[in-house]
Amino acid sequence: MKKYDKLVTNAAGRIVPTIINGEEHIPFKGVGKHRPTGRRYGPKLASCADYPDDGNKEVESLKVALQKAGLKDGMTISTHHHFRNGDLIANQIFDIAHELGIKELRWYPSASFPCQEGLIKYLEDGTINRIEGSMNGPLGKFTSEGGMKGLSILRSHGGRYQAIQDGEVKIDIAVIAAPTADFFGNANGVNGDAACGLLGFALGDSQYAERVIVVTDNLVPFPCVPWQINGNYVDYVVKVDKVGLPERIISGTTEITKSPDRLLIAELTAEFCEKAGLIYDGFSYQAGAGGTALSIGNYFGDILRKNNWKARFIRAGSNQYPVELLEEGLVEYILDGQTFDLEGVRSMRENPNHLDTSPFTSYNYHSKGNFAQLVDIVVLGATEVDVNFNANVVTHSDGYLLHGIGGWQNCLAAKTTIMPIPLFRDRIPVIRDEVTTLCAPGEMIDVIVTERGIAINPLRQDLIEKTKGMGLPIKTIQELKEEAEAICGVPEKIELSDEIVSVIKWVDGTVIDSVRKVIL
Amino acid sequence: MQKIGIAGNHDAGTKSDCMVHFELLTEGGLNIEIKSKVKVIYGKTILKLAHEILSYFGIENAKLIIEDSGAVDFVIAARIEAAIKMVIDTDKEFLLPALEENHNTTKKDDFRFSRLYLPGNSPKLMLNAGIHKPNGLILDLEDAVAPTKKFEARFVVRNALRNLNFYGAERMVRINQGKRGIEDLDFIIPHYANLILVPKCESAKDLQAVNNKIEDIKKKYKLEHDVWLMPIIESAKGVMHAYEIAQACSNVSSMAIGLEDYTADLGTMRTKAGTESLFARNMIVTAAIAAGIQAIDSVFSDVGDMEGLAENVRTSKGLGFNGMGCIHPRQIRVIHDNFAPEQVEIEKAKKIVIAFNEATEKGLGVVSLGSKMIDAPVVKRAQNTITLAINTGKLCSNWLDN
Repeated sequence: MKKYDKLVTNAAGRIVPTIINGEEHIPFKGVGKHRPTGRRYGPKLASCADYPDDGNKEVESLKVALQKAGLKDGMTISTHHHFRNGDLIANQIFDIAHELGIKELRWYPSASFPCQEGLIKYLEDGTINRIEGSMNGPLGKFTSEGGMKGLSILRSHGGRYQAIQDGEVKIDIAVIAAPTADFFGNANGVNGDAACGLLGFALGDSQYAERVIVVTDNLVPFPCVPWQINGNYVDYVVKVDKVGLPERIISGTTEITKSPDRLLIAELTAEFCEKAGLIYDGFSYQAGAGGTALSIGNYFGDILRKNNWKARFIRAGSNQYPVELLEEGLVEYILDGQTFDLEGVRSMRENPNHLDTSPFTSYNYHSKGNFAQLVDIVVLGATEVDVNFNANVVTHSDGYLLHGIGGWQNCLAAKTTIMPIPLFRDRIPVIRDEVTTLCAPGEMIDVIVTERGIAINPLRQDLIEKTKGMGLPIKTIQELKEEAEAICGVPEKIELSDEIVSVIKWVDGTVIDSVRKVIL
Repeated sequence: MQKIGIAGNHDAGTKSDCMVHFELLTEGGLNIEIKSKVKVIYGKTILKLAHEILSYFGIENAKLIIEDSGAVDFVIAARIEAAIKMVIDTDKEFLLPALEENHNTTKKDDFRFSRLYLPGNSPKLMLNAGIHKPNGLILDLEDAVAPTKKFEARFVVRNALRNLNFYGAERMVRINQGKRGIEDLDFIIPHYANLILVPKCESAKDLQAVNNKIEDIKKKYKLEHDVWLMPIIESAKGVMHAYEIAQACSNVSSMAIGLEDYTADLGTMRTKAGTESLFARNMIVTAAIAAGIQAIDSVFSDVGDMEGLAENVRTSKGLGFNGMGCIHPRQIRVIHDNFAPEQVEIEKAKKIVIAFNEATEKGLGVVSLGSKMIDAPVVKRAQNTITLAINTGKLCSNWLDN
C-alpha cells in the first residue's frame, strides 16, 4: 500500500494527498467551510451479560488485558498524555505487542513525549506502522527523516476528538493510565500517589473505543469518586506497581521566564491588551504553559488587581500561577484541560471552582459550539509566522517536525489571538515570507508581539484604531520581518525532499498541509 | 607566531556565537568546514563571508572550521579575523560596513542614569541589550573578559561598535587597566565609541595617558567627534585624588566609583548599608560636582533583589549621584524610576520655574515665591529637576502650555 496518493492543491494553496494510508481524506476548503454529513460513529453494542456479575473487571496483567481485548495485527491503540513526560504505559503496551509478534499497529496517542523514544525500534521493526498524534523530540526527528512505514498524521486535541466521533479513526483498544480507579473501571486523575490532574484526553476514547483498559496503581473499593472516566465504558482493569511519574508533568517550560527579553515581550503583550481594552471586569483568557505565557498571566493579574476587577474564567493548562490567581480571588473559575504541576493537581482536587474539561467541551468541531470560542484573549506561541499572519507550530525552520499541535489550532477560535514571540531565535528569524508548514491560516491570528514591536493583522481594524496614539510600538509585519533580517541576514530558502512524511489536519478534519522529508 | 588560531566559544550553552579553528597551510587550497545549527538557512551566507575574509587577508591555503551556534555576521567575522591574526601578523582589518546610526555623537551632559555592562566576549548578550533602553551600553573588555580571551574580545567589541544596533544607547567601552587598556583604544576609537570607561584610575596622569592616545588616534584617522571619559575610582588612592582626576582632561564627562575593588582595597566587606564606602561616595560626588561633571554610583550586584536595588538607588540619589551601573537589563527600569524626581519635587520645581519665568518677563532682578526669596542655585536645581522629569517620562515636555 502506498503511504499516500492523489496529490491536490488545497484552498490554502498547499499540496496535500487525498489518499493517506489507503483511506480517503478531504483537502482543506477554508476556515469554517467544511460541513461533515452523516451520523456519529459508534462502537459495537455491549451487554451487561458479557461482563462479571460482581462488576469486578480486574485481570492480572496488562498483557492479559491486551490479549483478552483481542490485540492483533493492524489494530489502532490509543494512549493519553496526562502524565506528559512521565508516562510509563505506552512503552509497555508496545513491548507486549512486540513480544507477541504483533505487527502494523497504528498508535493514536493524544501526544507523544521524549520518554517514548524507545518506540522508535518498534517503528523500525514494523510492530508499529505509524503514529497519528504529535511527534515530539526524537520521534519527530525519526519521522522527518522518513523512518516511519506509514504516513503520520498530526491532529489538534479537538481534531483528535473529531476524528474519533466521525469514525475517521476507529480505536480498537484504548489504554487509560489512571492514578486512581475501582475494579469496575471508574477512574480519576486527582487522587492517589500518581495524581496528575484530569483524564480529559481519554474521555472520547473511553466512549468510542471497542475495548477499554484502565491501568492503575491505586485500586480503591467501588465507587472511585469522582469518576472522570465512567466504568460503564471499561472492559478490563489492571493493577500495576507504578502507573506514571507525576513529577514529570512539570516540564521546563512551565516556569515563569527569567529571560529579560521574554519578560519584555510579556509586559508588552499585557500592555497591549490593556490599552486595546481587551481586559475588563469579567473577561476571560487562556495562557498555556511556557515561560512567556505564564508571565503574561501574572501581568494580567496585576491589571485585574489594580482595577479591582475579576476574570470570569481562565482556560488552562493550569499550574501554580493561575492557581494563585484563583485563590487570590482575581479569577472565578479555571476550566482546565491538563495540569502542568502538582499545585494544579491539588487545586483541582480541592477547589470546586477549578474544573476539569475535555477536548469535547473545549475544542470539538462536531459539537454545538465549544468553550474555546468564548475566550476573550488567547496567548499562543509559534515556530514561524509569515507576512500574511499564517503560522506554523509543528516544524522548525530546518524542516524538522519537533512539536505537536496540541490545543493550539482549536484555541485560535478565541475572540482575539495574540502570539508573543521573539523576532528571532539564535539568528533564525521567526517572521518569514512563507511558513515551512501551514498550521493556521492568517485570518485566525490577530496580533504578533515581539520585543521589537507589535504587528496587528489588517483584518482587525478595531484593534488598530484602539491602540493608535497609545505609545505602543506598532509596526507592520513586513517592517518587523525586515528588522529581523537587518540583524540576522536574509535566510536562504530551505531545500526539502518532495517526499511527504506527515500531514497536518485542520480542526474540521481536512488536510491543511504536508510535511516533507528533510534532506540529510 | 603559532600555526593554529582558535577564537570564540562553542559549548552546550553557547548562543549567537561560534568557534573558529584556523590553520595556515602551504598547499591544498582552502578547506572550509561549517558546522552550524542554522546551516540550512545561513550556510551559504557563512561560507561566502569566510571566503571573503580569507581572500581579504590574501590567504590561499588554509583549513578553516566554523562551529556555529547562530552567530550573526559581525560576530563570525570577528572570530575568523581573531583566529587568523593569531597566526598571521598584519595591520589590515576586515570591517563590515558600519550601521549609519552608529556614527552619532553624544553630549557631555547627556543623561547617564543607567549603563548596562556587557561582557566583551559574549555576543549573545549584546543583540537584544539595547531594546531594554539603558542610557548607555558598555562593551566590557576588562573584568568580564577572561585573560586568555582578551585578544579575541577586541575584535568582537570593535565589530559591535560598528554593526550592533544600540537602539539609541550611548556606545561605551570599558578598556583594560594600564598598557593593555591603551592598546585596546586602537580597536575602539576609530569606530565611533562615544565614551571610554577607564578602570582603576588613581591619578590625573593615568587618565591623561589614555586621553593622549585617544588624541593620537583621532589625529591619525582625522576624527573630530567628542570621546567622553568616565574614570572609575576603585582604590583609596583614587578616592584621595578624585578631584584632580575629575579635572584631568576637558572631555571627562563623569566619574564613577567601583565599590567591589574599593572595599577590597580597604580590606573590608561590602555591606548593603554601605557605611564602609560612605566617605568615598561623598568624595566622588563632591569632587565631580566641583569639577562640573556627573557622579556615577557602583553597580548593585544582587540581580534578583529589585526592592533592594530601588532602595539603593534612592540612597544613591540622596547622596548626589546622577546615575549607576547595572549588570542585568531588568535593573534598568528600577534605576530610571528611582532616579527620576518624585512628584512633590516636580510640583515644587514647576512653581519655582514659573516664578522665575514671570520675574524674568517683568525684568525683576529678584525671584520670589510667596514671601520667600529664591536664590539662583535653587532656580537652577528646579530647572534641572524639570529636565529630568521630562526625560524620565514623568512630565510632558509642553507642561508650561497646559
